[in-house]
Amino acid sequence: MKEPNDIILHAVIKVAVVIILTFSINLFFSGHHNPGGGFIGGLGFSAALTLLFLAFDIETVRQNIPVDFKVLTAIGVLIAVFTGVGGIVFGEPFLTQAFDYFDIPVFGKTELATAVLFDVGVALAVIGTSMSIILSIGDDH
Amino acid sequence: MNNLIIMPIIIPLIAGMVMVIFRRNLKLHKILSLIALSGSGIIAVKLMGENKNDGIQTLHLGDWKPPFGVSMVADMFSSMMLLITSIVAVCCLLYAFRSIGEERESHYFYPLFLFLITGVNGSFITGDLFNLFVCFEVMLISSYVLISLGGTKVQLRESIKYVLTNIISSFLFLVAIAYIYAITGTLNFAHLSVRVAETGQSGLLTIISILLLVIFSLKAALFLFFWLPGSYSAPPTAVAAVFAALLTKVGIYAIFRLFTLVFYHEPKVTHLLIGILGAATMILGAIGAVAHWDIKNILAYNVIIGVGFIIAGLASFSIEGLTGSVYYMIHDIIVKALIFLLGGTIISLTGTGKLKDMSGLIRNHPYLGWMFFIAALSLAGIPPLSGFLGKVFITQGTFEAGYFWLGAIGLLTSLMALYSVIKIFMNCFWGETFLSEEMESGTTKGVMFPIACLSLLTILLGLGAEGISAYTQLAVQTLMNPEIYIQAVFGGETAP
Repeated sequence: MKEPNDIILHAVIKVAVVIILTFSINLFFSGHHNPGGGFIGGLGFSAALTLLFLAFDIETVRQNIPVDFKVLTAIGVLIAVFTGVGGIVFGEPFLTQAFDYFDIPVFGKTELATAVLFDVGVALAVIGTSMSIILSIGDDH
Repeated sequence: MNNLIIMPIIIPLIAGMVMVIFRRNLKLHKILSLIALSGSGIIAVKLMGENKNDGIQTLHLGDWKPPFGVSMVADMFSSMMLLITSIVAVCCLLYAFRSIGEERESHYFYPLFLFLITGVNGSFITGDLFNLFVCFEVMLISSYVLISLGGTKVQLRESIKYVLTNIISSFLFLVAIAYIYAITGTLNFAHLSVRVAETGQSGLLTIISILLLVIFSLKAALFLFFWLPGSYSAPPTAVAAVFAALLTKVGIYAIFRLFTLVFYHEPKVTHLLIGILGAATMILGAIGAVAHWDIKNILAYNVIIGVGFIIAGLASFSIEGLTGSVYYMIHDIIVKALIFLLGGTIISLTGTGKLKDMSGLIRNHPYLGWMFFIAALSLAGIPPLSGFLGKVFITQGTFEAGYFWLGAIGLLTSLMALYSVIKIFMNCFWGETFLSEEMESGTTKGVMFPIACLSLLTILLGLGAEGISAYTQLAVQTLMNPEIYIQAVFGGETAP
């Protein structure tokens, strides 16, 4: 079988994926006070992964990212729910969040919030769900 | 603030997600799902106790005060529903252990079952309209998968109809939410109640309430039940029993919540319409139940009759009628699960659902036969079984409200329902025994325990109706007096 000549596609996507991943992480972190957050960051992330799956075949990418996306979804939801349970542990209503300002070297005065943990859960759940959907449609079997 | 309220939602959710991570360990699945469902049952009992002593319990997620945040409200009605949900879910789960098969089990059956219960529990305790939508979706999406899981031809055919119907009704639900938000500026039930009472229930609001009624009718199989007989006869028995017992009841619960708490100002329009829909549902359901000669269809039409009857109590909008509805809803959840499990067991024994192809099962399965007889009598409301008290109260309520036709139709259709299930009993259990135990295609081994539990429960509920009357009175008191609910949600402060 003749190999398809897709060297340009590969070269472009290798660069593009890095940019998209960086952008989606930026989106994720800006989510606390500006537009963005776990959902949209997760979607951006899975867009990058989808590009990889499109340019290279499914087996190659799976070898390099050996993650079961269904499990990733479950872990994401669990992280999000347990951040909520954290509120219960401290005697506050479910999903209560806390934040404070810390002086961290390099970054200076930084706001750290438990809502970010919740957002990590959301992002993982979104990545897991969207990738499971895309892969199960893309798979032949 | 009471963090217990959120537990019936997050316990099944966490358990289900842990199962997804450990997909291969089916033993863990069974143990975890049993623990999670019993756990939420115990919490429901605790909530009922707190409801009795301290009134309505509320939780404002993330400490955002209503109407801005998400409120969870557990009044006595919700807590009772939570408890019955857990009981029935545990029984169906025990039945599923023996009957569902490894193929389905390894394809996430137990996690999906728990997510379904998550959605059902969430719908019962949510305090605002949008969250009701979300919890409905959690429940419906799980039910889409459960109904098609296994992929037999009939399942796929029926699931397409089921999914399409529900997607359309969910779409209308969102539209109605948008309308109601545009007019009142809030979605919190308590706040909605305040705002609607302030401005008066104008014609526009009444129209929207009827749109919501149509949406919930589609989900509750009130008059718009065309999808039900097919969808409920397709999935395996344990799933069908949970669907029949719980899914329509969630729709009925939503109708009760809205038309007792928010849209109670124009009973001559909305509640009369509800009564007419209920009467039509009962008549059409009864005709279907009498006409069919297939077990699954007869039972599915019996679900429809039950829906119409519960709704008749709401139509009367009196203390008697609502008391009857609460009693009958509890009874109906239990007895529908019971009779679906019984019907499914009969079908698995004989290998057919056609009444004319079976006879004389009672010789080899006396317990199954007599429990079916108990369930049939309970379904028709013969004293001292659990259906009796609900029927009495609902009939009394409709008569007192002046809806004699509604009460009469209710009584007539219960006779027809009795005929339809006794027809199953006579054809299946009486007559010549031509199926020896070796020739049976299934077995009753292991599945009798949940059936016996539910039968016992319907007898106990009938005999001990006095014992739960304190709880039902509290539930009805809250339903009839919206101020109690509003007071509890806003914690004594005035609503903005």
